Amino acid sequence: MSLAEVCGIKEFDSSFNSHTIYQNDVNNLCMNFTNNLELGVPPFANPAENLSRFTKDEAGRDIKMKFDHGTTTLGFMYQGGVVLAVDSRATGGQFIGSQTMKKIVEINDFLLGTLAGGAADCVYWDRVLAKQCRMYELRNRERISVAAASKLMANMVYNYKGMGLSMGMMLAGWDKRGPQLYYVDSEGTRTPGKVFSVGSGSIYAFGVLDSGYQWDLTDEEAYDLGRRAIYHATHRDAYSGGIVRVYHMKSTGWILIDNNDCNDLHYKYQEEKENLENNV
Amino acid sequence: MSILAYNGGAMVAMKGENCVSIAADRRFGIQAQTVATNFQKIFEMGPHLYVGLPGLATDTQTVMEKLRFRKNLYELKENRRISPKVFSAMLSNMLYEKRFGPFFVEPVVAGLDPKTYEPFICNMDLIGCINLPTDFVVGGTASAQLYGMCEALWEPNLGPDDLFETTSQALINAFDRDAISGWGATVYIIEKDKVTIKNLKTRMD
Repeated sequence: MSLAEVCGIKEFDSSFNSHTIYQNDVNNLCMNFTNNLELGVPPFANPAENLSRFTKDEAGRDIKMKFDHGTTTLGFMYQGGVVLAVDSRATGGQFIGSQTMKKIVEINDFLLGTLAGGAADCVYWDRVLAKQCRMYELRNRERISVAAASKLMANMVYNYKGMGLSMGMMLAGWDKRGPQLYYVDSEGTRTPGKVFSVGSGSIYAFGVLDSGYQWDLTDEEAYDLGRRAIYHATHRDAYSGGIVRVYHMKSTGWILIDNNDCNDLHYKYQEEKENLENNV
Repeated sequence: MSILAYNGGAMVAMKGENCVSIAADRRFGIQAQTVATNFQKIFEMGPHLYVGLPGLATDTQTVMEKLRFRKNLYELKENRRISPKVFSAMLSNMLYEKRFGPFFVEPVVAGLDPKTYEPFICNMDLIGCINLPTDFVVGGTASAQLYGMCEALWEPNLGPDDLFETTSQALINAFDRDAISGWGATVYIIEKDKVTIKNLKTRMD
């Protein structure tokens, strides 16, 4: 005889075993299970407005809610499609956490996204976007356009504007309307364009990219331009480095061109420069 | 952000068998921006005496010049070479003079005694507290990584060649985990009758 029966409490815990209770718990406490767009928000009204009051502790010191994250990513359109090139360094403050991070997310065969900003933010929202694009494909029996995908992304992150999301991404794809390149960030910006570079090393990458960019680049020239721009950014920017990854978006889908260690590139480019100087 | 991490830099010195090593990276940066990759942080203060001054680059150069001045005065007055021990005491005093407005450097001293050729290494904090260990000392923004590498690689009674290898590997692998140091390295191996200076080929990102 259990203690509950002795005490005359019948079916004391039956209500806790019922399926509906668990279902309610799941719905109330784990909304994210059923809807990825729903994140836990701080337990007070108007989080977007009031969250900023919690960025300092009682002694006036900063509470670490802004995650800074160095990166160099770039993307440009040319006659052959879209080229994306990124570095692979992940830092936490000055500490290098990884030199082999994948900052290009393969959303589907015709859609690529680049990451810059908070690593977790970018990776999570790209995963949600990948799911939504797949759902669209299944519902409508055709692939989502890049314009629509980028708008999905922009709208999703806009819901959390002012709450500390930090991401600047490029979406590259090929749809019915041809090659496409969009820039989307956590501030809510969404804009199509031909040449973009995002991240702490972008200023250096733009220097190389803008001086070598033309619409009529051949494929090889385009890959080399992207590679060089990222390499020069990794050289000057402390928070970029590791491996240079180059992708090409074609009418037949994306292909990975190559992954090059910055170390190999540095000594290769140095040798080329020396040879050039010797020939003059 | 700490002012000691404004320019970035990594430094290490090790004791060996009748020799000492001192090594540093070559980066001069302003926060994330790498301005030069041939910056000198280790300075010769005598035939067997070197001082490394990682930290704020402007203070690296100021402290080096003040130090050279005081060392020259000492050597002129005494008419003999300064010993690493005396030099370190002098540096410590100089730094403590500025107790309430310090120079932002964490000096590392490495050398051999001018008479006995006894190996000497020490480091100190920015206001001159001397630390005199028997194995190795580190400084700069990659010091946490350097402690890990040195703790793993250092062993007693290393000869000059092994000491060079140990110091280089410790330094390179430490600053490859630090965003604001690296971009080349210089290693000094100080022995009784020669000093070997080598520039290392490293990652440049």
